Amino acid sequence: MNTDELKSLKSDKVVDARGTACPGPLLAAKKAIGDIQSGQVMEILSSDEGTKNDIPKWCKKMNYEYYGSIDEDGIYRLFLKK
Amino acid sequence: MSLEIEQQVKLLEEQIKSLQSRQANDQISIIVFSGDLDKVLASMIIATGAAAMDMNVKMFFTFWGTATLRDKAKSAKGKDFMSKMFGFMLPKGSTKLKLSKMNMCGMGTSMLKDLMKKKGTPSLEELIATAAELGVEINICEMSMNLMGFKREEMMNYPKLTYCGVASYLADADESRIQLFI
Repeated sequence: MNTDELKSLKSDKVVDARGTACPGPLLAAKKAIGDIQSGQVMEILSSDEGTKNDIPKWCKKMNYEYYGSIDEDGIYRLFLKK
Repeated sequence: MSLEIEQQVKLLEEQIKSLQSRQANDQISIIVFSGDLDKVLASMIIATGAAAMDMNVKMFFTFWGTATLRDKAKSAKGKDFMSKMFGFMLPKGSTKLKLSKMNMCGMGTSMLKDLMKKKGTPSLEELIATAAELGVEINICEMSMNLMGFKREEMMNYPKLTYCGVASYLADADESRIQLFI
């Protein structure tokens, strides 16, 4: 998905993992994913750039659909569908 | 001729079955041999990360690693002289571990802990709590416990805690796709 498509997505759950470093964002995402149903969209906010590489791999392993990320001044918004 | 093929098919089916039973699970086994803060941190990060990826995680604490799991608030009675000495010399729990490098009489360790807090890296204690939540199994080497004179009543409360020996580790490692020695 491109940036505009991502921006227009409606997230069912937003996980704020800003200010945490590896493995904080991953563990936060894991904790939150249980709160949404299959087919719903989750957004992860992270200030750790490595998250951009980690979350797609996590999605692949967990069979979630990774949509992409938006960079906003050092904050990364990552989108996925459970 | 057809009887021969039938026999061959049967043989193949049996072979496939035995291969399937030997296939590794979505499981990781980690030996934590070291009792250094940095190395135990690395092992807990990998363990919680793997659990977050829905893998079965089995950790085996042995030798110096065993001291990580002592509870600083607990104590054990009836120890002999050597056990008391070991108990005194070895760190009493995760908060007392030191860095393997640049410890500088503890200054390096406390600097690293401050830095981790500033950068938002989970502490070792937080990682252990997360591991418990995510169902990470912790096995403690019984032989190391005896050697260092640690008693069960002085070890931390952890939901999936077992005491075992080398055979348990090997059996679990045999079923794991990933094995690490830290």
